[in-house]
Amino acid sequence: MAAAPAIASTPALAWKATLPYCGRVGVMALILTESAFFSIFVVAYIFYIGKSLTGPYPKDVLSPPIVNTICLLSSSLTIVLAVRALHSGSIRTFGIWWLATFALGLEFLAGTAMEWHRLIYREGLTIGTNLFGTTYYSLVGLHALHVTIGLILILVVMIFTVMGYMDRRHIERTDVLSWYWHFVDAVWIVVFTTVYVIGR
Amino acid sequence: MISSPTWQRSAERGELIMAGSIEHEIALGRARELESVPILEKLHEWVVTVDHKRLGLMYICGGLLFFVVAGMQAVTMRLQLAMPNAGLVPPEVFNRLLTMHGTAMIFLVGMPILTGFFNYLVPLMIGARDLAFPRLNAFGFWLWLFGGLLLYFSYVAGDGLSGAGSAPDVGWFAYAPLTERAFSRGNSTDYWILSILLTSVGSTATAINLIATTFSMRCEGMTLGKMPVLVWLSLVVSFMMLFALAPLSAAQVMLLLDRFVGAHFFDTQAGGSAVLWQHFFWIFGHPEVYILVIPVFAFASEIIPVFSRKVIFGYAVMVAASCAIAFISFSVWAHHMFAVGMTPAGNAFFATSTMLVGVPTGIKIFNWLGTIWGGKLRLKVPMLFCIAFLFQFLIAGLTGIMLGVAPFDWQLTDTYFVVAHFHYVLVGAIIFMIFAAIYYWFPKATGRMLSERLGKWHFWLFLIGFHLTFDTLHFAGMKGMPRRIYTYQPGRGLDTLNLIASVGAILQAVAVLILMINIVKSLRSGELAGDDPWDAWTLEWSTTSPPPEYNFAAAPVVRSRRPLWDMKHPEDPDWRYE
Amino acid sequence: MTIAVLGGAPVAAWAGDWGMGESNAKIPPSSIFNPVSTPAREIDTVAFFAIAITATIFLIVASLLAYSVLRFRARPGDDSREPAQVYGSNPIEFAWTTVPIIIVFVLILVTARTIYMIQAAPRPPGALSVQVIGHQWWWEFRYPALGIVTANELHVPLSDRHSPTPTFLDLESADVAHSFWVPRLAGKTDVIPNKKNSMWIDPQVAGTYLGQCGEYCGTEHAMMLLRVIVEPRADFERWAAAQKNPPVLDAAASHGRIVFESTACVNCHTIRGTAADGRFGPDLTHLMARETIGAGVAMNTPAHLKIWVNDPSQMKPGALMPAMNLGGKDLDDLVAYLATLR
Repeated sequence: MAAAPAIASTPALAWKATLPYCGRVGVMALILTESAFFSIFVVAYIFYIGKSLTGPYPKDVLSPPIVNTICLLSSSLTIVLAVRALHSGSIRTFGIWWLATFALGLEFLAGTAMEWHRLIYREGLTIGTNLFGTTYYSLVGLHALHVTIGLILILVVMIFTVMGYMDRRHIERTDVLSWYWHFVDAVWIVVFTTVYVIGR
Repeated sequence: MISSPTWQRSAERGELIMAGSIEHEIALGRARELESVPILEKLHEWVVTVDHKRLGLMYICGGLLFFVVAGMQAVTMRLQLAMPNAGLVPPEVFNRLLTMHGTAMIFLVGMPILTGFFNYLVPLMIGARDLAFPRLNAFGFWLWLFGGLLLYFSYVAGDGLSGAGSAPDVGWFAYAPLTERAFSRGNSTDYWILSILLTSVGSTATAINLIATTFSMRCEGMTLGKMPVLVWLSLVVSFMMLFALAPLSAAQVMLLLDRFVGAHFFDTQAGGSAVLWQHFFWIFGHPEVYILVIPVFAFASEIIPVFSRKVIFGYAVMVAASCAIAFISFSVWAHHMFAVGMTPAGNAFFATSTMLVGVPTGIKIFNWLGTIWGGKLRLKVPMLFCIAFLFQFLIAGLTGIMLGVAPFDWQLTDTYFVVAHFHYVLVGAIIFMIFAAIYYWFPKATGRMLSERLGKWHFWLFLIGFHLTFDTLHFAGMKGMPRRIYTYQPGRGLDTLNLIASVGAILQAVAVLILMINIVKSLRSGELAGDDPWDAWTLEWSTTSPPPEYNFAAAPVVRSRRPLWDMKHPEDPDWRYE
Repeated sequence: MTIAVLGGAPVAAWAGDWGMGESNAKIPPSSIFNPVSTPAREIDTVAFFAIAITATIFLIVASLLAYSVLRFRARPGDDSREPAQVYGSNPIEFAWTTVPIIIVFVLILVTARTIYMIQAAPRPPGALSVQVIGHQWWWEFRYPALGIVTANELHVPLSDRHSPTPTFLDLESADVAHSFWVPRLAGKTDVIPNKKNSMWIDPQVAGTYLGQCGEYCGTEHAMMLLRVIVEPRADFERWAAAQKNPPVLDAAASHGRIVFESTACVNCHTIRGTAADGRFGPDLTHLMARETIGAGVAMNTPAHLKIWVNDPSQMKPGALMPAMNLGGKDLDDLVAYLATLR
């Protein structure tokens, strides 16, 4: 759907200009439902704090993933810069910031994978070990899944950019995707607080 | 038979299709063209369609098919319970019947039929061409259908005892830890989880679609305050779905993790909590029943005014009350858990919120009464179902208040009193209004009227059967009959009540058969409907029956909540009074 | 007594009532409106109040609806003019919002009072405590203070209105969620694994009260029945004393006892004074003191015992006790032995 022209030339177009872009409404609705979905896992996590019958316990094995967090939250910044570049028409700049976003997100996933490797093989914590393991892996894993989906979508846009199909006509859609990415980052703030701050 | 009126064509606007106009002829011509297309091509068109009208009809037809299947399951249960120790079906089979009946009626009948109607009507009522995301719409439908078939596939695919199928048998709310691996070996519970996860994703997609459509695609002049009540309520329901379906999906993912990778969410042996499942489930479950009933409030708010020949009484209050219901309904969930052993303060809180939600609900009944009052009622079949709905929903709401009195609920919960109460809502309110909606909008969708005569037979038989069954079951509950039992012993005072209830079930089945006959007959040889057989006022009646693919030849422009009233009464238009 | 259905085809044996119909007919129906114990009585009172209010609301609103439908019908000779279009009325909306809020407010107060009265009742120091453990599909009753373990039939002492002697039930589950419900005595309270609930009763009329599990718990949820026998204090103490002693060993039944101890029975059942100390199934020490077997599915007679021991699924399909498949004499002797466990 094209954005409305600067001057509304008929009543119909003037009316259309007052209505929001359907993709934006759609992604906001998606964010609402995903928030509800994540909330249940957060509630389960908080409910089961201190209720594990056996170890390992959070304070024994958890170390806050500072680097991963910085990377992920920075990727929100880079995606904003990418969309801004797209607004001003410089596809090359857009491409650079977009690639940076992808790389930062990928680092987050890699870091999470390493953390899990350590927890599983060195500390002996799996999803079936105790209530802590159950709630930890499900909450962090669910978030990581959403990061993965976001990265796939970002990659698709990257491929289109490299092939030369990206231009200012796609601002709305790219912006909508960036909202999803911001959501994923916001969820990480909640997850981080729940797991590494409240739950320790 | 009311003929389509011809309207004044506004010279500078040219918006509505006037009977006899060029656009009208084109639309009729296209409809005639489609009739001569070979059947395989027609089938292919339906399979690949992204048209909201077709998808809406597919949802409704799919839902009606599952309605017949799940209804037959109910009749079987009632036959088994007609007498004590009847021996018609063994307990394993009965427990699968009760689980499948409940699950199917909620997810494969209620949700698709109601969202199917919204799918069909919302774009037409806001003067749009389709939903915001037509392909997402199609995706949602096929996902839903796959989920539904997957659920029933469990009958065949399972590893139940003695080679029998293993349909789920854990009850439609699947309490933990009965659903954990330890107590539900085999894969029946997994079918329950997976099929509902799929249908829920489909429903969520529909909700997102309806919200985006409502905000982004209204025709010129239709501010949010000028939308028909139905469109407002579809918006409310869609928002509710966003917040209610997610907790269920989350809980089901947790259960899957428990069952497949050894997680302990609801594993009481590892310190997990069975009550946590109940909380998560009912945080979905209670709003869900409002998600099912608010669409029928929407139908009632469109149909009752037309057959009373009066505008809806208190439009703003109706919308506000629905929003209040939606909001409050998220705070009442633990009234399903009064017997679980919550603290007195917890029980008191949920009793309070439960009774509070009755206030906006009552207001809506009063507003419908206000609409009827002073009107000129045309007692056609859609209106008959609406009147029955008003009485029955009143009773359902009042027994709901009784159940909200927590100590009373300690006796009544998990008994046939609750079964009677929620069937009063699900059948007495929701199914009755679905029937009303079918009779009302069938002419629009197909171009033909349903038979009034058969409709009256359908109505009266169903009404009598419904009351025979569900009035008596209230008393069975109060006499100590719990729910979900495959039989009961003689000498407990339950024999006669159950026999009467079972006779009622047969009558309802016959009535539904009459409806099916009516639909098939009328599709072939029903009276031609024309654009506006009921002399109604919302935009869908301004286009042909059935509407062309593009809905409206020219995008409508509206000035009030009842654009066709304005057209038909240019000397006294609505926009002067709103 | 089997019932033929579907054209007279004979029906499975488990559709019989095993003498329960006759026995049940002697006991008044378990109506929630016939309370004999304080919690049930309190609920009866608040229920009556709620019904009175809702019935009044129904009569008023339904009459208005009926009147409006009849009065405002379109008559045949009517002109086609539309009636006056009334868009709403703020005063009316205010009125029919305020009145329901007041009604709801009153109901909430009454409800809260009853909740606290029942749930927050203090446990007097001398009150009898019974540990109730729900199993799939039977009830275990332990009286820790009296050293008694029994199943399915709960004996409690009669209480007096003016000097009440309540019995407190502490509810736990060994497997899935159940619910303890005897309508004439109290509302139901769920029996949930990993959660300790408690409730109390103080029955003021002696007699037998029927109830059953009130939470779907699997295949035989329907036949997880409850029998509460309320007797005067003297009779209760006599019963308790008899329950505490191990049964008298009858020499004539010794072969039966050998069969019992050498078959898998001992894995699940306890009979005090023998080698059997299984905990999965009911304690059988004083089996014959119970009126029914199989958690209320059949009257406790040697004939029924024989069917049950041979193949429980004849009476209760899906019951977790396997068919013992004993030969003729072994089975007879075993049943004869069980019949001595008074």
